[in-house]
Amino acid sequence: MGLTGLEIYKQLPKKNCGECGTPTCLAFAMALAAGKGALDSCPYVSDAARDALASASAPPIKSIKFGNGSVLGDETVLFRHDKTFYHPTTVLVQVSDTLNDTDLVAKVEQINDLEFDRVGLHYGVDGIAVLEESGDPTRFAQAVKVVADHTEKSLLLLSDNVAALQAAAPAVAAKKPLLGNAAEGNYEAVVALAKELALPVILKANGLDALNDLVEKAQALGYKEFVLDPGSRKPVETLANLTQLRRLAIKKKYRPFGYPVVAFTSKNEPMDEIAEASIYVTKYASAIVLKADEKGFLLPLLTLRANIYTDPQKPIQVEPTLHSVGDVNPESPVYVTTNFSLTYYSVEGEVEASKIPSYILPIDTDGTSVLTAYAAGKYEPEKIADALLNSGVADKVGHKNVIIPGYVAVISGKLQEKSGWKVIVGPRESSGIVSFARSLSNG
Amino acid sequence: MPVTLVKERFPSKVGEVILGATSEQGGTRTSTVVVGGDNLLPFLHFEGKVVNRPVIAMEVTDIVPPWNEAIKAQFGDVLDNPAAWAQKCVNEFGADLIYLKLIGADPEGFNRSPEDCARVVKEVLAAVGVPLVVVGCENAEKDNEVLAAVAEAGAGENLLLGLAEQDNYKSITAAAMVHKHNVIARSPLDINICKQLNILINEMGLPLNRIVIDPMIGGLGFGIEYAYSIMERARLGALANDKMLSMPMICTVGYEANRSKEANASAEEFPGWGDLAQRGVLWETLTATALLQAGASILLMRNPEAVKLVQRNIADLVDAEVGA
Repeated sequence: MGLTGLEIYKQLPKKNCGECGTPTCLAFAMALAAGKGALDSCPYVSDAARDALASASAPPIKSIKFGNGSVLGDETVLFRHDKTFYHPTTVLVQVSDTLNDTDLVAKVEQINDLEFDRVGLHYGVDGIAVLEESGDPTRFAQAVKVVADHTEKSLLLLSDNVAALQAAAPAVAAKKPLLGNAAEGNYEAVVALAKELALPVILKANGLDALNDLVEKAQALGYKEFVLDPGSRKPVETLANLTQLRRLAIKKKYRPFGYPVVAFTSKNEPMDEIAEASIYVTKYASAIVLKADEKGFLLPLLTLRANIYTDPQKPIQVEPTLHSVGDVNPESPVYVTTNFSLTYYSVEGEVEASKIPSYILPIDTDGTSVLTAYAAGKYEPEKIADALLNSGVADKVGHKNVIIPGYVAVISGKLQEKSGWKVIVGPRESSGIVSFARSLSNG
Repeated sequence: MPVTLVKERFPSKVGEVILGATSEQGGTRTSTVVVGGDNLLPFLHFEGKVVNRPVIAMEVTDIVPPWNEAIKAQFGDVLDNPAAWAQKCVNEFGADLIYLKLIGADPEGFNRSPEDCARVVKEVLAAVGVPLVVVGCENAEKDNEVLAAVAEAGAGENLLLGLAEQDNYKSITAAAMVHKHNVIARSPLDINICKQLNILINEMGLPLNRIVIDPMIGGLGFGIEYAYSIMERARLGALANDKMLSMPMICTVGYEANRSKEANASAEEFPGWGDLAQRGVLWETLTATALLQAGASILLMRNPEAVKLVQRNIADLVDAEVGA
């Protein structure tokens, strides 16, 4: 079981050199005790201390890196409100080696294009899973090569046939693909291949008991770069397995399950498949392999992933610069709000719904809402006056009227004085903006 | 070697709320709906029993709603007839409940009288056999008059009435007590206000098993993560025997998901976002399926295609034959 920070501290060199990236040995010990960070970042720890601490200091779920920057695992909590989820579910779209090369290239290019820009964020599909369905190792190797030549995304090479993996993996090893599957019948050869090429590998078994046996046996081969597949393909079973694997790893520090987990969908109809995948994004899959490959299917799923993996302690912020909604003109009203994304996008949505082209200026409040910012002294008239000046909005509109949130009506006089703008008190909630905007334009 | 599973033993469960009343119970519903009752985290059958599956309440409005064409087209010509519309939701789309929203009462819109609103409620009650959720137009003063009239017109039907909020809960709670209905207690993504409001309503004399929590969700892409975590905390609170967090939760999925640009903008407008027919339906669907994982009991939904997908998702998850 885990040691306390002080117990770990006793074993450390106490040099306070800071070379591990943490200023003091005590702080480093505390980080290790919390399951964050690795003992290896200390260059001076003795071998004896290393042995004593190795098991206690390892994070509860191993971090597995593969492909082009994909990181799996290294999670520390069961609920995001306990801290945060760290490594967003890696989403891979599958292609089959039974496609001819032309179709394969077309499909890979389609997958490459599954990237999105919304609300100031950029996100996309992370990788491509090449499935061996041809039964022909030579064909699989060729298909893998074609895919690798046409994408920068991470790769997963998936076959139950060790000969196919042996044929395909060496040529693309520099791209550090994830390999699969090592199962009961072939794990020695597949893990040996993975070890030789220094690639992570999926261990697949049917159910948690069998998976436990397989992990123990595979670890005995002297390798630990594993991703787990508990074999279930029904949503309710997969949910149960994902939950148990996470609970055993985090709550019991159960080492055989201290690896990231990959989930496979069972639904063939893409809309059903995305709904199924949403279960695994919320509940503990480190990676998901999908069949759906069109933008309209992927944007909602990747948006959910971005939401669930948002750090609850760090509110998302928007750029505190002048934003315009619609086809703005010199008569367009000017709203000020805060740069907390939820506040900003609520205002933006309602301003848009008013169908009156407008400017919105979010004030930098460190991502807090209007009332919180005001209470914390981050929504002062001086600051808003400066922001108005620096935004250049005065050159864009032919009036000097600014609309402020109803909750801070009290700053009207001071703001008017500091900025020289006429202050109009808007509604308290963004939901009141539509009728407010209409009465403003009619009056 | 067999693995010893980690099974939580929770001291309590989510409270049960019964909606609707059959003729033996003093109403005219052909069946009732029970929500809540689970003593486990959502759908983890190894831990306990899924007593009542989550249900879908389809949204019906008393005037033709300002929704996008892709959704409106699926209802054909019933959108100006709440009774026929509700029938379609139940008979064709399999709605468990009807969520009747009286937006026509809005003083800044049609400004319909409380009597007119009550008449619409009676028409819908006559048209369908499922229990009803009835909410006002979100103008506090007007809603107090409207819901008092609705509560009286629906006496005996064991309606779910909304919305009670921290600064406006008294008259709706009183109306629910007099005419024996249930109340939706809405709090703005804040677990302390949520508890406080439940306490205030309960102190007026409405039993806890007549309250449903509306945590005021954000839709997918617009703060759903706040709702997700508040709901997970509330569910854990309920299971840990916090009685003031133990009510089942209702999520206004159809409303929140469909007011986003992502659910409405065409592929021509945003070529990078893909086909609206897929994106729009999935925007509502994933808002629902994600919140199911956080513990939602009642989903307010709008788009029949999304309803179908979520019905299948729920069916997959409540299948207790497996995963035990």
